[in-house]
Amino acid sequence: MAWVEVREVHKQYQREKQAITVLDGLSLQIEEGEFVALMGPSGSGKTTLLNLIGGIDSPTSGDISVAGTNIARLSGAELARWRSNTIGYIFQLYNLMPVLTALQNVELPLLLHKMNGAERRKRATFALELVGLGDRLGHYPRQLSGGQEQRVAIARALVSDPKVLLADEPTGDLDRKSGEEVLQLLERLNTEFKKTIVMVTHDPHAAERAHRLVHLDKGVLSA
Amino acid sequence: MLQLVLINLFRNPLRSALTLGSVLVALFLYSSLGAVLDSLQATADSGSRERLATRHAIALTNFLPYDYKDRILSIPGVKRVCTQVWFGGLIGGQRQRITQFAVDDDFWPMYTKDLQIVEWSEPQVAMSVPPDHDPHLAAYHAERTACIVGRGVMKKKGWKLGQTIHLQGTRYRGGWDMTIRGVYVKLPGGSWNEDLILFHNEYLVEKGMGGKPSTGVFKVELSDPSQSAAIATQIDAMFENSDNATKTESEQAFGAGFISMFGNVPFALRVIGLAVVFTILVISANTMVMAVRERTSEIAVLKTLGFTDGAVFGMVVAEAAILTTGGGIAGALLAKFGLQGKPLAFIPAMTITWATVLTAILIAIGLGMVSGFIPAWQASRLRIVDALRRVD
Amino acid sequence: MAIPFAYNVRNVMQRPVATLTTAIGVALTIAVLLAAFALAEGFRSTLSSTGSDANVLILRDGADSEVTSGLSLEMASILSAHPNVALAASGRPLASFEMVTTINLPRVGQKGASNIKVRGLSMDDIGMRITPKIVEGRTFTPGTDEIIVGDRIAPRFAHCRVGDEIKLQKRPFKVVGRFTTEGSSFESEIWGDARALAPVFHREGGYQIGVLRMKDPSAFEAMKKEWEADPRLGIHAERERVFYESQSAGTTGLIRGLGIFITAIMAIGALFGAANTMFAAVANRGREIATLLVLGFSPIAVMTSFVVESTIVALIGGVFGCLIALPINGITTSTTNFQSFSEVAFQFRVTPQLLVTALVFSAVLGALGGLFPAVRAANQPLARGLRGG
Repeated sequence: MAWVEVREVHKQYQREKQAITVLDGLSLQIEEGEFVALMGPSGSGKTTLLNLIGGIDSPTSGDISVAGTNIARLSGAELARWRSNTIGYIFQLYNLMPVLTALQNVELPLLLHKMNGAERRKRATFALELVGLGDRLGHYPRQLSGGQEQRVAIARALVSDPKVLLADEPTGDLDRKSGEEVLQLLERLNTEFKKTIVMVTHDPHAAERAHRLVHLDKGVLSA
Repeated sequence: MLQLVLINLFRNPLRSALTLGSVLVALFLYSSLGAVLDSLQATADSGSRERLATRHAIALTNFLPYDYKDRILSIPGVKRVCTQVWFGGLIGGQRQRITQFAVDDDFWPMYTKDLQIVEWSEPQVAMSVPPDHDPHLAAYHAERTACIVGRGVMKKKGWKLGQTIHLQGTRYRGGWDMTIRGVYVKLPGGSWNEDLILFHNEYLVEKGMGGKPSTGVFKVELSDPSQSAAIATQIDAMFENSDNATKTESEQAFGAGFISMFGNVPFALRVIGLAVVFTILVISANTMVMAVRERTSEIAVLKTLGFTDGAVFGMVVAEAAILTTGGGIAGALLAKFGLQGKPLAFIPAMTITWATVLTAILIAIGLGMVSGFIPAWQASRLRIVDALRRVD
Repeated sequence: MAIPFAYNVRNVMQRPVATLTTAIGVALTIAVLLAAFALAEGFRSTLSSTGSDANVLILRDGADSEVTSGLSLEMASILSAHPNVALAASGRPLASFEMVTTINLPRVGQKGASNIKVRGLSMDDIGMRITPKIVEGRTFTPGTDEIIVGDRIAPRFAHCRVGDEIKLQKRPFKVVGRFTTEGSSFESEIWGDARALAPVFHREGGYQIGVLRMKDPSAFEAMKKEWEADPRLGIHAERERVFYESQSAGTTGLIRGLGIFITAIMAIGALFGAANTMFAAVANRGREIATLLVLGFSPIAVMTSFVVESTIVALIGGVFGCLIALPINGITTSTTNFQSFSEVAFQFRVTPQLLVTALVFSAVLGALGGLFPAVRAANQPLARGLRGG
């Protein structure tokens, strides 16, 4: 079985008595170590697909398994635990906690693992050094540039050593130079650390960095 | 995790302070009202269950002949009888919260476990004190116009031992001069408070009753306290057909009778206390809802990272509970240490029991739980996809 | 230029839950305020409506209540002979010398007992001070063991219904009537013939108080001076109404003091609540406020607008509070007047002035609660406000 296996997935939303089909029987396999870019116009369902793989949304029908676990059948609490072990999430708007320092933000996911404070700090520091922010540990998000904020977010996604990294428009809110740095970082995580990465993007330039391009249109793959 | 809760508390320090402040004042008020009730209760409980109090059957304002004392003493099982007359004098022209009682000599041996003389004058001439009396009362016994004053009064009025004080009579005419020959303190668990002036019944009888002694209440000490009910019945039966029928009850019930004169006041205080707590509950719940609403997306991120619904719920409840518990502890302790022993209106010295303080703190914790519940529930039910939906 | 009022009203309605919770906080505060003041007002008006300014009330010097006073027969005759004492058609002086004491009666429907004032009158004098209105049964027959019971005591204490008997020293006194006296504190008393009551209390040969009608009420001061200087008397004279009003001072002050204490503390809580709500409103509307400022509204206008909004919310609460408190108007309650050591029953009185005071107070609460958030709103940096919500 593939590392990420999406099989016959349907996803419908109910909006004011009208059912909207976002994904319509979509199937997709992603192998371990792949770097996949999901592209498609607005409303094509690419973010929904990412959310389904990340276990923060569940399909109306169909199966999704990630690293051998079928997540379509997990309960809310099981999903939460599964996410903390399996998924690293990178958002377009970084979503850092404004009241926490860079280090504290990165430590956050480690609170869900049995680990003492010193160990947590060591790992978080390592992750921040990896993204090139070893000298910004005590800074608050508002003291960082957008690109730096996104790199802190990447460190946070990395720190619990997830099996899959999911990135939703990671460069969407960044200038070209910062975006380039983020993409280089993702590339390096893929090649050097063998991380499986699924990235939603609008930007063809960003998509070029991936090994494989998947186009979505109206809830199905469009080759 | 706790650290995260604490950091969130300081996110909007003004709001946290306002919430903490309102819980603080609410629980301060609650404890103060509780203190009034405690103080009333303390008055009611100050009497002993083992002693009896005999008064006129019609009302306390009617007096009993003093010779009833010997007749009560003749009843087997009665060990000692003393009298106590409320004087009601004015000090410095106005009625103060200082009660004065004229007491006869048997008062002192009856209350040796309740009152202790801590300062005393030496008698001018050597005096023999009755064997069961405190030898420190020698100077008091030697002087008809002597009085013994509670330490609370001494402090409040700045009086000194040996000083002569002037009281203006109300029920009993004229001006009354008394010399302070002793200062007492209340012993732990004892009756009375430290805000009394006690003086010789003989002085009152001679100057105020035209030599015809009568009294408001007899206190009766028994050899065997278990006989109290039977002896109370016996005393009342003895005087049933006389000109002045009596009513005898335990000293404690006698004290509780004064509380009942307050009518609905204790009930009103309780209702107000609850209204206050409810008000603050509404206010702090509102605050918590607002605090949570403004960080909807952060909560969604926490969930994405793998925090369970339960963990998110717990964090929000903990946040509310810390605020209210902090405010509650501060408010209750402020009441305890700020009001304890202070006079308030008709209460000479407030008593706040630890039970009241503890209740207030428990209420505060409960307040946090309840006010945190709604936003916590909202937060735990939050769907990540909805909260993070992008405009895209 | 001022920001339209409608903008505030819409905003208040935009967030019904927050508005409601804040308003509830204010409402409960106002309700407690009203209750406490209505209680104090009821107590005061009961005692101050007792007695007339044309009458002078005599107490023994030093006595501070009717019960602790005492007058001899000789004193009574000296007082009655004063030229300023009005005379009845029969030529007798219009003077009432009364026995006043208390009896301890059990409460009905509540634990415990309390002291009730008993007034022994002589039949000739009844009606000189006040004519009791009999609302049930009849008045007592002079010289008999019959008593009448004040309307506010009758339902609250045992043995006080018409037809009941109160035993005093084995002697049964029959309750033959129930009376009112237009809301005065006499309604908390038991009345009977002094000749029948005095022996029971061993009060033969004297009275507690005297009340005399003055020919010329304006000559009161001279009369008082003359009497109080008379060494045979040793009395204290007071206008009747003034005396009863002064009897209420301690308890009225106590209730009012307690009410102020409680209200002040609740007000702080409500103030914090209002401030919290408005801070949140300001935080949520950052972009809106910035827009208003960019459009050219002055910071003062923005500030005023927020204070107005907070005041609206608090006023809603104030109105609710008045509505909560209104039903207590007229409820009878009672407590012991420790001045006279006897029970006084009275009614909560929610007066229009009290309602206005409460509303003004709620508005002040709202304005104060809105002030700091308003200052913050008016001073926020424009650029940041426009960028984020």
